[in-house]
Amino acid sequence: MSPESAMLLAIIIPLVGAVGIAVAARWHVNLREAVTLLTAAALALTVWSLVPDLMEGARPFRHLTEIVPGIEIALQAEPLGMLFAALASLLWIINSIYSIGYMRGNREPNQTRFYIFFAIAIAATMGIAFSANLLTLFLFYELLTLSTYPLVAHKGDEKSMRAARVYLGILLTTSIGLLLPAVIWTYVVAGSGEFTPGGILAGKISGPAVGLLLGLFVFGAGKAAMMPLHKWLPAAMVAPTPVSALLHAVAVVKAGVFTITKIIVYIFGIDFLFAEPSSSWLLYAAAFTIIAASVVALRQQNIKRMLAYSTIAQLSYIVMASAILKPLAEIGAAIHMVSHALGKITLFFAAGAIYTAAKKTEIHQLRGIGRRMPWTTAAFTIGALSMIGVPPTGGFVSKWYILGGAIQADNYVALATIILSTALNAAYFLPIVYLAWFAQEENSDKLTHGEAPLPMVLALTITAALTVGFFFFNNPVLELEAQLVRGLT
Amino acid sequence: MELLGLFHYWVFAILLMIGLYAVIAKRNLIKKLIGLSIFQASVFLLYITMGKVEGGTAPIIQTGSAEQLFSNPLPQVLILTAIVVGISTMSLGLGIVVRIKEEYDSIEEDEIQEANKQ
Amino acid sequence: MTDWGPHLPALQVILPMLAAPLIIALQRHRLAWVAATITSFCSFAIAVALTRGVLDGQQYGYLMGSWPAPYGIELQVDAFSAIMLLIITSASSLALLGARDSLDVDIENHRQPLFYSAWLLVLAGLCGMTVAADAFNIFVFMEISSLASYILISGGSDRRALPAVFNYLIMGTLGATFYLIGIGLIYLMTGTLNLADMEQRIHEVSDLKPILVAAGFITIGLALKAAVFPLHGWLPGAYTFAPHAVTVFLAACSTKVALYLLLRFDFFVFQPNLSGHDIQFTYFLMPLAVLAIIIGSLVALFEQNLKRLLAYSSIAQIGYILLGASLVSSAGLTASIVHFFNHALAKGALFLAISCLAIRCGGTLINDINGAARTMPWTFSALVVGGLSLIGMPGTAGFISKWYLISAALEHGGIGIALTAVILVSSLMAVVYIWRIVEAAYFREREIATAAPQEAPLLLLSVTWTAALLNIYFGLMPELPVTLSMSASELLLEHMP
Repeated sequence: MSPESAMLLAIIIPLVGAVGIAVAARWHVNLREAVTLLTAAALALTVWSLVPDLMEGARPFRHLTEIVPGIEIALQAEPLGMLFAALASLLWIINSIYSIGYMRGNREPNQTRFYIFFAIAIAATMGIAFSANLLTLFLFYELLTLSTYPLVAHKGDEKSMRAARVYLGILLTTSIGLLLPAVIWTYVVAGSGEFTPGGILAGKISGPAVGLLLGLFVFGAGKAAMMPLHKWLPAAMVAPTPVSALLHAVAVVKAGVFTITKIIVYIFGIDFLFAEPSSSWLLYAAAFTIIAASVVALRQQNIKRMLAYSTIAQLSYIVMASAILKPLAEIGAAIHMVSHALGKITLFFAAGAIYTAAKKTEIHQLRGIGRRMPWTTAAFTIGALSMIGVPPTGGFVSKWYILGGAIQADNYVALATIILSTALNAAYFLPIVYLAWFAQEENSDKLTHGEAPLPMVLALTITAALTVGFFFFNNPVLELEAQLVRGLT
Repeated sequence: MELLGLFHYWVFAILLMIGLYAVIAKRNLIKKLIGLSIFQASVFLLYITMGKVEGGTAPIIQTGSAEQLFSNPLPQVLILTAIVVGISTMSLGLGIVVRIKEEYDSIEEDEIQEANKQ
Repeated sequence: MTDWGPHLPALQVILPMLAAPLIIALQRHRLAWVAATITSFCSFAIAVALTRGVLDGQQYGYLMGSWPAPYGIELQVDAFSAIMLLIITSASSLALLGARDSLDVDIENHRQPLFYSAWLLVLAGLCGMTVAADAFNIFVFMEISSLASYILISGGSDRRALPAVFNYLIMGTLGATFYLIGIGLIYLMTGTLNLADMEQRIHEVSDLKPILVAAGFITIGLALKAAVFPLHGWLPGAYTFAPHAVTVFLAACSTKVALYLLLRFDFFVFQPNLSGHDIQFTYFLMPLAVLAIIIGSLVALFEQNLKRLLAYSSIAQIGYILLGASLVSSAGLTASIVHFFNHALAKGALFLAISCLAIRCGGTLINDINGAARTMPWTFSALVVGGLSLIGMPGTAGFISKWYLISAALEHGGIGIALTAVILVSSLMAVVYIWRIVEAAYFREREIATAAPQEAPLLLLSVTWTAALLNIYFGLMPELPVTLSMSASELLLEHMP
């Protein structure tokens, strides 16, 4: 299989899978689940088969169709997108195993619809990862928004409908209102929107316009949840936990920061932006979001909402790392996508497992749960440590690189933000860990539950192991992402 | 004098305005149609009057003075067509009014709107 | 074998016109439907053949009865008319194909042959307006299509259609008469009715008052027919109460033909001959377009009747077309003409989906479709596709026009940014009004008292899906409409001084 067709297949496989799920569901639910897992496995194989080529520096390109003369829909794999696709496809398998346990354990309605739209959302994610130009990116970006709407509205009651309206409202308003004009503006001034190493805008636009265009892109990619456009993420937490875990900790939110990073690296070019003072606001905006979201997270009582605010802060880490505009920091941004994804999906898995086994959703209810659910609590602890950035977890590696980039750029604002937010992260995660392991359980005689269903425990153990594993084996990722900034100082 | 010299245009404009006024201001559907009819007729007059050519002749051999007021046949033909169109419009309009009368038992616009609200 | 090629422009009009009276003779309603549908598809085939010819660079000028222009009657087909003919004939064909199921509810069987006959007259009239190269014939064809479409609209069982159609008749006749005054004045000054000849002869009298007045009369007359804001009053009523199949047909093409004539007249005849006319054109039409976009979308936000909602959205969409044209630039005109095509696709698909649900849900109010998507998944997924195209989601036809429109607007600096903002705001309003429909259909509960609606009849459903898929197809491979629109906009701008 040539790498060119592998990229196309990566989009087609989940779509075919979605059809397969719909058909299989007519016979038996087990068959439906089998199709889901099979599709996920096939997708991961396809995507990972691209990795060796990319490591050797290949940039497979595939033209699909030309929708406006000179403006085409095309796919191209490059290090950043490769990393994103590889990550999402791997986690989809684990998440599917988890979903089976969760959806059955909680007797959720409309499970077939859930799996179908999940597969479509993954296809859109692959499209975002492999997009060769702004237009293709925009196309799949919107598809992702639309395909995740039914997942957020899954329960169908008034509360989730309202949340889904907020979700769709913010994401579509920002993408149509800000991202689309930014995309068209880029095409008009640069004559193209191809993702090109070194950027395409240098010399085409200057002065305050650069800052404005950057702003349109950054806030247009509303999925990155930069304040003040973050409200959709806590709202989306009404969705079933597998959705929060894979989509609202990995695929959807990462699609936002991925878009921003990719645009900074390949459309603006980091050297160009670094020389342009009007773009410096981005760093401060991201730093503000990090601190503010951490403070809000500190005050949350609901586990998933707290995790959502923690995600908002962590996403802005990635944006801030990109905005430092130094090679080390760009690598740090890429790695942080991985380490945050692994850590956050573990945390969500744990939260979902606790909900399924014990029906607990609030932080104060977690007293002493470690003794009943040791695996889950251990995984939660590892995820929390990774969020704080304590070795030996993945979070440490990425923070290391971002700090390195901040020092390279003599950027004390970024430095201070990282230190302060680490303290805040510790302040809201460690008490929970302490509560879960060491506090006395309340009315323990009435409780009978043990661990969550096996598929869920299995899934969260794997992701926790990956979080730790990433601390030790991150070299291939580093090598791949080093290509991102090759030739830059 | 110059102004009155073009008096047939004034007639056209006045008739046009009378027709338009009736169409817009009257609430009775038949009166509206009458207005429309006057409105169209004024345009017919415009075409007819402008078809007069001073000093022109028909392409036939004539004896006597060539200096006369000649009617260009083309506008006449055009307006014949327009009259046919006007008649069709009018009859269709009247047909619709008959149907409205059957359904609503009224040809007053206000009463019809009132009935539609219920 | 005779070569039919050169006769195609004439056949385009004559075929449906001759078929119209013949159909009355077919007493049986099913037979009449078959005959009308076949005729319509034949005209579609002719339009396709003409388009292929135009794309190959062929010029179609047809002299009726071989009388030389400007004395005889001339028919003409270029890239602009070709794309119009494609829109008209395909809309008519798809709407007729779907009409079998929806019309049986609306019209008694014995009246159906008459109805189909009127339908073909509308088709003939619209095609005639498109191909005629002489101002008076355009008027005649305009009246043929208008009179027949009054019949179509009032043909349904809803009595509220009658006052609506009366209103349409009055406004339509006023528009046509204004147009007639305009060409009368031009004839007075130039002595010709042939458009090409007119352009030449008007040079001698250009910039004289009567020409300016004529431009005003013609623009207003056609704007009335095209439902340009604020002359749109007749449109919502007419679309809402017409039989559903008729709404599909008329919403897709009837106002667009008037817009087509407006552009054609203005760019062929007036732009080259009135100094500063491009600025008048811009200053007159751009504010109207912006108002149409904003107000049309705003009203649609609060509408309860789905058909009326989409009718107001049409008024906004006409605003888009006008906005592109009012930029008087190559990019703007291309955007505008592409939107002719794409809006027809989107609205066609939407109104087809509406006719599916109207015959099953017992009404077109938004409350009638509560929870209906569960039992009519195909209908509503087609509706979603059409809705996304209307919003302008990438991957659908609507995105292509929005892309062109925004890039055209951005060429104009400061005012371009303001226009872009208008376009985007109204796209967002489109999201809201489409999403109201989606939410009602998918997530609200049906009242217990009413039975769950069945899926729509197969034929109507497959037509609806054809239209929906065309939206996706032309969203991904828009080469055909884009090529045609580009050469059409070149044609129009060729005449600019």
